Amino acid sequence: MAKQAKSKWNGFSLRPRKEMPEGLWTKCPACEHMLYKSAVEKNLNVCPECNHHFRISAATRINYLTDEDSFQQVLGDLKTSDPLGFKFRDTTYKQRIKDDEKKSGEKEAMLIGKAFIKGRPLILAVMEPNFLMGSMGAVVGEKLCAAVDMAMDEKLPLVVFSCSGGARMHEGVVSLGQMAKTSAAMARYDDSGGLFISVLTDPTTGGVTASFAMLGDCIIAEPGALIGFAGPRTIAETIKVELPEGFQTAEFMLEHGFVDMIVDRKDMRSEIARLIDYCQK
Amino acid sequence: MPDRANKINSGDHLDFEQKVADLDRQMNELRKLSSIKGIDYSSEIRQLQKEQVNELKRIYSNLTAWQTVQVARHPKRPLLSDYLDLMVKDFREFHGDRCFGDDRAIVTGLGQIGRDRVFVVGQNKGRNTKEKVVCNFGCPNPEGYRKALIKMKFAEKYGIPVVTLIDTPGAYPGIGAEERGQAQAIAANLQEMSRLRVPIICICIGEGGSGGALGIGVGDRLVMLEFAYYSVISPEGCAAILWRDGSQAPHAAEALKLTSKDLLKLELVDAVIPEPLGGAHRNVHDTVYNVEKYIVKTLRDLKRTKVDNLLENRYWKLRSIGVSPAERLRRKTLAGRERIKAAIDKIHTKPKPVPAKV
Ligand SMILES: [Zn+2]
Repeated sequence: MAKQAKSKWNGFSLRPRKEMPEGLWTKCPACEHMLYKSAVEKNLNVCPECNHHFRISAATRINYLTDEDSFQQVLGDLKTSDPLGFKFRDTTYKQRIKDDEKKSGEKEAMLIGKAFIKGRPLILAVMEPNFLMGSMGAVVGEKLCAAVDMAMDEKLPLVVFSCSGGARMHEGVVSLGQMAKTSAAMARYDDSGGLFISVLTDPTTGGVTASFAMLGDCIIAEPGALIGFAGPRTIAETIKVELPEGFQTAEFMLEHGFVDMIVDRKDMRSEIARLIDYCQK
Repeated sequence: MPDRANKINSGDHLDFEQKVADLDRQMNELRKLSSIKGIDYSSEIRQLQKEQVNELKRIYSNLTAWQTVQVARHPKRPLLSDYLDLMVKDFREFHGDRCFGDDRAIVTGLGQIGRDRVFVVGQNKGRNTKEKVVCNFGCPNPEGYRKALIKMKFAEKYGIPVVTLIDTPGAYPGIGAEERGQAQAIAANLQEMSRLRVPIICICIGEGGSGGALGIGVGDRLVMLEFAYYSVISPEGCAAILWRDGSQAPHAAEALKLTSKDLLKLELVDAVIPEPLGGAHRNVHDTVYNVEKYIVKTLRDLKRTKVDNLLENRYWKLRSIGVSPAERLRRKTLAGRERIKAAIDKIHTKPKPVPAKV
């Protein structure tokens, strides 16, 4: 049965956030229909005409996904130490962090915590696309490892929603090392027999795909999500060939055998709940 | 013996070695003169040589990050094939991933280094154009990583330590590579190498290009040659994204802290193997010898460690990447305390020997 949340976690309430640009109407980038914005929001930020899944912030996703007010964040105030003292052009990494904190309302590119989905307790990690493109630096790696530890300690399933441009180059080899670090943590979790559901959302590329995101016991993708190792532009520039239609989409990954299933946003809750039930020991 | 020309010709000088090149030219002219005219210029030549050595010392003790990248990419830098020839005795190559094919960018096989049998996994770039095309300029495809993995599993089964030699610009970004799951192949390697029950030594001998390097770069030790580089993204790629101009690569290289010196300071690599004066390409034998010496010494240490402790140390080494030194120390003591506690518990739970009946 549902465990009571431990009191050491500071509670954290989520308000739905606006994701669409201002104005009442918006245009779907996939089918180019003009859409009434509140209708899209009511539809979980999915185009009612063509099922295009809009990118959503971590907080919005948690709001859609978990039982009301059940998400309790941990390590919410962990911040990067800027290990390289990275400067570029006339700005710095520290400044980028500040800007993106304002833009996204989050302190880092991943939120972790304990939550309930349809009454089932689980450890949830969700990546934030509006914070340095959801890239993985030391804090994201550390948070994910902490989530793995929590899942192991409490013997709960771990669900990770990836949404990332890859490793965070502003942290150099420190961010590259996070790939090894998170994969090592996943190896421990795997040895301990815990269930890891990895959900790939648009976009999941680079160092995140090439580490924990591809190590799920079960890998789910959202329809149409960009999933791959190298970015499409890098590939096109390297081989100098037009990329085929639908290359590196969730459907492409399904066809080539790298994801288990594609699940619509509206079905995600019930699908995860069902998987957790099936995998109970 | 294949030609391991470490003779530096006039075209092999890097653009920051102008003075060295000039001295080379002067010495050659003097040699030519002395053979034509029969005059003895040996003392002048010796003087020039001395000057050249000092110049090389001066240049190579203060290389910028971008210059280091150029040295790491030098066309005459020793490659995997040189290490296999000079360092690994009785090398037996193992081919194929048992699934798709045999990626020539990654070479795997059994051999002997010093007195130890080892399993070598290395990335090969190829020396001439034909070789380069065959091994895809050192950019592995997924089947390369999968080959590396099943061979390392083989080594694990027979308790053979693994030595990986990293030298790649990066994993290949191609359509086929994506179709066959480049990301999944690398991810699987990271996970399995973190728990492989034999010692693993990873040595970056040239270019350590991002995930492509890491795909065979997880182990008990990660070390670099002095003028190798190891980076999360190529300086050109980083410049194109953050500077919006690929020609700003020298600035990007500086900012990325990709040299062995910087990475040692950041505690991201365990040691730096020195290169001969003027870089590895000026003396292949000494370079390979330094690497061999490191491997032999380190294997002796690692083989003395119990496998469970080895894995525990490896795990905490990986877990503390990017963690502040204070936090790292706290964890180390915590882990140590837990290990002692577990050992004590084990002693106490041992069944007491039943006294034999008299
Ligand atoms: Zn649409």
